[in-house]
This record gives sequence, structure tokens and C-alpha cells, in this order.
Amino acid sequence: MSQLPPDQRTSDRLAGRAPEASGFSPEPGTGDGSLTEDPSYRAPLVLNNRSVHEITEIVCGYAEKAPGRWWLPLFGLSASIAGLGQLMILYLIITGVGVWGLTNQVDWAWDITNFVFWIGIGHAGTLISAILCLFKQQWRTAVNRSAEAMTIFAVICAGIFPGIHVGRAWMAWFLAPAPNSNWIWPNFRSPLLWDVFAVSTYATVSLLFWFMGMIPDLATLRDRADLRLLKDPHQPRLPFTPFKPDTLRSFFYGLASLGWRNSSRHWMRYEKAYILLAGLSTPLVLSVHSIVSFDFATSILPGWHTTIFPPYFVAGAVFGGFAMVLFLLIPARELFPNMKDLLTLRHLENMSKILLLTGMLVGFAYAMEFFIAWYGGNDFEYSVFAFNRALPTWMHEDGAPYWWAYWTMIGCNVLSPQLFWVKALRRNPIVIWIVALAVTIGMWFERFVIIVTSLHRAFIPGEWHMFYPTWVDILTFVGSCGIFMTLFLLFLRFLPIFPIAEIKAILPEADPHGHGHGHDHDQAHGPGSGGAGHGTDASDTAAPGTEGEGH
Amino acid sequence: MGILGFPSKADHGFRTPDGGVIHGIMAEFPSSADVYHAAEKVRDAGFQKWDVFASFPIHGIDEAMGMKRTKLPLIVAGGAITGISAALAMQYWMTAVDYALVVQGKPYDAWEPFVPITFELGVLFSAFACLIGMLALNGLPRWNHPLLKNERFLRVSDDKFVIVIEAADSKFQGSDTVAMLEEIGATHVELVEE
Repeated sequence: MSQLPPDQRTSDRLAGRAPEASGFSPEPGTGDGSLTEDPSYRAPLVLNNRSVHEITEIVCGYAEKAPGRWWLPLFGLSASIAGLGQLMILYLIITGVGVWGLTNQVDWAWDITNFVFWIGIGHAGTLISAILCLFKQQWRTAVNRSAEAMTIFAVICAGIFPGIHVGRAWMAWFLAPAPNSNWIWPNFRSPLLWDVFAVSTYATVSLLFWFMGMIPDLATLRDRADLRLLKDPHQPRLPFTPFKPDTLRSFFYGLASLGWRNSSRHWMRYEKAYILLAGLSTPLVLSVHSIVSFDFATSILPGWHTTIFPPYFVAGAVFGGFAMVLFLLIPARELFPNMKDLLTLRHLENMSKILLLTGMLVGFAYAMEFFIAWYGGNDFEYSVFAFNRALPTWMHEDGAPYWWAYWTMIGCNVLSPQLFWVKALRRNPIVIWIVALAVTIGMWFERFVIIVTSLHRAFIPGEWHMFYPTWVDILTFVGSCGIFMTLFLLFLRFLPIFPIAEIKAILPEADPHGHGHGHDHDQAHGPGSGGAGHGTDASDTAAPGTEGEGH
Repeated sequence: MGILGFPSKADHGFRTPDGGVIHGIMAEFPSSADVYHAAEKVRDAGFQKWDVFASFPIHGIDEAMGMKRTKLPLIVAGGAITGISAALAMQYWMTAVDYALVVQGKPYDAWEPFVPITFELGVLFSAFACLIGMLALNGLPRWNHPLLKNERFLRVSDDKFVIVIEAADSKFQGSDTVAMLEEIGATHVELVEE
């Protein structure tokens, strides 16, 4: 039993002077200890027997301490790419949509592909937060904050494209329900107008949800800054400014936390508000991508005019969103100290299973589109699927010139997640990351296939034209990725990237009714005692971390 | 609670030796279980203006404190009804009244195309009602609070558990209340000034 006070042990651990896994030795075959197969023992959501105080230290540390050396170069690169994207948008606006590769035939191409791609990615955050919250899936706490942030940033990227694709960007106010110069109102029978309401509502509600979740954590950051100012009133100022870093933190986190003071009377209403907002967001998530799909499904264009589009788009959005969460968080897990305690292999495995499920839902939709195209007996629809999408030109003289895009989509979206049937592969972060990357690429191609292959050949062969992207098309898309990454890196640097309060609430130590009554909780996460209990003795107790009492 | 959430100078007469107005007594407890059981005792002692502070919602603390259910769901329902009515009125008025225009040969007042926007605005207004209603019921936002000036209280958002009984409570009795808090397991008790 260590004689060090817990705070000393924590600071030693955080400074790397003490071993990370003190008091914790995972059972062999359970990865980091979270991949237990024992049904009588609930896998730990937080590893290493972290205490409430340690959770505060770890998560606030990400926002308070200087990040690793990787941050600034990555931020500089992302911000440069984002700037390039903005230059492309400026060039488009002052020149016209002719700088894109659009033709009379293919009048929607990369712009709307990018819009649907980003709005789809924006679905995982609210799905994780809302639906998993309603189902009381406690593992959501590991990823919900960063997934919600990702949602907001993806929706920002998505919102750019409808705004600039209208050609004369100064006419974008036509999207709003305001009368034009002839006093005619917008057409409320058009799904494009529904889309304006759906996407703006989704952006707003996601922002409210994200912000509300952060209020208590921002208050924690504020209190810590205030405490440091009280302890050391003579902190050095930031270079070239009259401000101390903690004065700025105290002010900005204080402003954003709205005077939150962790009152239980407040918590009660807060929890009610959170569950209500989750209940409101769940149908909202499902409605948004349904309405995006109406943009296509309510037209009479073969390849778009199908009733399967709403559920198919929603499944695809969840699929693409989870892939992006994994794509971003697996590297973050390596780069941030102690993040592996909060985001365990089991979390990654759970998300891999969701990728497998939604990948197969999407695969089913692809197959069903083909079946209905054949079974429906409509020659035009059949031709779109067979001759404009799937059949390679080297197999048939009228084959699809975009066959490679179609089969990239199938390979990335339907085949690559099948790897996750193998347990070892869905538990390997590198494999998961590669599949997530493949799925992200595949989901972009899915939207490209839907939009461009349906448009590029109209009913008369004289109206058949290929679409070729210009450098402006390509750099605008790359620029939107830069905007996304820039915002995400700023989030990682300055905001609480885990829901501190929610993680604390799922710790065994937090349960007022458990066996681990207060006085021996120090023992429970002390070196030696907890480690012995976790893998072996724990099988006869309901919750981890409670075994301290038995010793 | 004074105008606009700013605290009014209390007139309960409890002062520190220096003459400062006392906001209340703050008692620290070592764990969530201890503060939970202490809360039950404070509740049974009949206090009204008191609160438990912890960095996370303690499971079941609303019963231990004897809290009533919140009116928040009613506020959210009000938001939903407002949003739905506003959306229907807007679309009907713009499409069928102010400038009726034949689109796709459908009746001017067909309700079916109004469904998506009605749903979206219903959710939008409910979400705002939910966040703003929660903050308003909690008396937030506010710039400051007597407790947030206390150094020990600032550690609540880390891992401390605190009960505060306000001097404005009719059962508040200065040193007797301190003694009661120590008796129910407080490890540290101190006065908090306004």
C-alpha cells in the first residue's frame, strides 16, 4: 500500500514519473482490460481505476496544458488548407459557377456531393448523444462530446455548399422564407425549401445540445483557473498581452458556463432537460437525412426516384458519421496522454460493430435498388443501374463510364466492414482506422454515384455528357476538409473533449448506493488492491471497483 | 433572490464578527454516499433553502433532498405547440392567403407538403424552450454567486461534496446548524459571506 496521498500519485502519473498502469493489470486476453468476455462482470468504462479527481485532471489537462508538438504543425497545415478553400469560394463567387466542371446535363456534381457527404458525417454526433442516451448506453460518454463537436463542424462544412452553388451567392437569401421583389413567397412544396429548414434546425439544435452538455465542464475549467489565480496571484502574463492565461480562462470559460455552480437542484433540471433534448433530437436526426433524400427522391429522375431513399440515406449517414468519429479519435487516442483509459478498446469494438451493421444496411439498400430497378419493369430505371452505374465499359460497349466509382463505393462500404466479423480485426485500432478511412472515401463516392451517374445520361443519347471536375472543384472540397480539421483541432485544444461530469457519474466511486462507501475508496484505487480485484475477484461482484471492501 | 438574478442583501440578521452578511454555512463531506445520507437528514430536519453541490448528478439525490418534480416538460410542450402553430400559420398564410400561386396543380391549402417544416420548427422551438427553460428555472445565467468566491467551494467541480444551508432559511440557527452539520458527518464546516 502506497503511503503517497492520492493527489501526489496523480501528479506523478500525469508527469510520467509513476507507471501508468499502477494498480491495474488486465487479465490476459482482454486487451486493455475492457474486452472481457465474462458475462458476470461488467467491463469497466474507465480503465486504471481512475478516481473522480483524476478524471478532472486528465480531461482539463487537455485544454489547459500545451498540446504535444504535433498540434501546431497540424493546425498550421489545416488552417492553410482551409484558407485555400476560402480562396476557391471567393474565386467562384467573383467568377461564377463556370469555374466548376458543371455542364447543362450535370448541373449538380461535387457541390451537392460534398453537401450530402458532410451532412451525413454530421449525423453521428447527435445519434451517439441522443439515441444512445435514450437507450442508457453508458459507453457513449467516451465519444459523445467529440462526436457532437464533429457534428457541428461537419454541418458548417455542409452549409457552405448549398450557399455557394446557387451561382449568384448574393441571391442566397432566396433560401429564406422571405418574399422576392414581386412579393412571391418561396415554394413550400419544394423539398429544397424543406431542406433549408431541416439543416438549419439540425445545426441549431445540435449546437444547443453540444453547448448544454458542456456547461458543467466549462464551469470546472473556470473554477480551476480561479483556484490557480487565488493560489498564485503573480502568474506570468502571456507574451505581448496584459493578460494572464488564467485570467482569460476564468473570463471566457466563466462567460460560457453561465454561472453554473454544480447545485443538485440545478442538476435535477439539467438532467431532465438533457433527456428531453435527447428525445427531441432522435426524431430530428432521422428527419434531417430523410429530408435531404427528398431532394432526390421527389424528382422523377431515374436513379433518384425511389422510395427507399430516406431510410437508406439515414443508414448511410450513421455509417459515415461513425467512420469519421473513429477516423479522428483513434489517432487522438495515441496523441493525448491517458486518453486510452477513457476511450477503451471496447468502445472501439462497439463502434466497429455499428459500422458492420450500418454497412450491411447500406449494402442491403444498394441491392434493393437493383432488385426494384429490375422487378419494377421500368426500362429507364434499369438502364441507370445496369448501364450507367455497375457494368464496366470493358465488359459491355454501352457500359458505365463511372463503373470504377460504383465499385469503389461497393468495395469501401459493403466489403471493407466485413472484416469486422473477425474478433481480432475489430479489436485492432489500426485495422479499424483503415476501414474507417475506406468507409469515409466510400461514402463520398456513394453520393457522387447517386448524383453524377444519374444525371450524366438523360433519356436521349444526344444528352449524354461526362462530368470532369476542375481544379476549383477539387480544391474547394479539399478546402472544406481543411475547415473541418481546423475547427476540430481548435476544439481539441481549448474545450473539454470528454464529458467530465458524465464520466464521473458512471465511475463506481460516484454511486451513493454501492458497497464502496466513501471511506475505503482510496484503497480501491490504490496500487495493489484494485489490481488484484479487477480481473480475478471481480467475477463475484456486480460492479468493478467495489471489491476494495472485501480486502 | 433579487431583481434579474442579482442577490439582494439579506435581512436575516446573521453577521460575521467583522459585520459581513452571512450567505450560509458550507459543510464538506468525504464521498457521494456520505453527502447522500447527510442530505436525507437535512431534509428531515425541515430545511428549505439548502442545496447539495457535487461535480456530477448524484443518483437519487432528488429524493434524498425531497425535491419536487420540475415543470420543465410543460415548458417544452409549450415550445412545441408554439413551433407547430407558427409553422402551420406561416406556410398556410404565405401559400394560400398572401400570394396564392398554383404549384403542380395542387390545392392552395393542401396540408401534406407542410408536414416537414412543421415538424422541424416544432423541434426547433422545443429545443430552445428546453435550454432556456432549464436555465430560467435554475436562475441562470448569472455573473457571480457568493459561493463562487469561496476557495474551498471551487473544488466542488473537481471532486468535493458540499452541503450549503442558507442563512435565509427560517430554521437556520447559526452555531446550532453548524453543530448539526458536524454531527451528520461533515469533515469541514465554514461560514460563507454574501
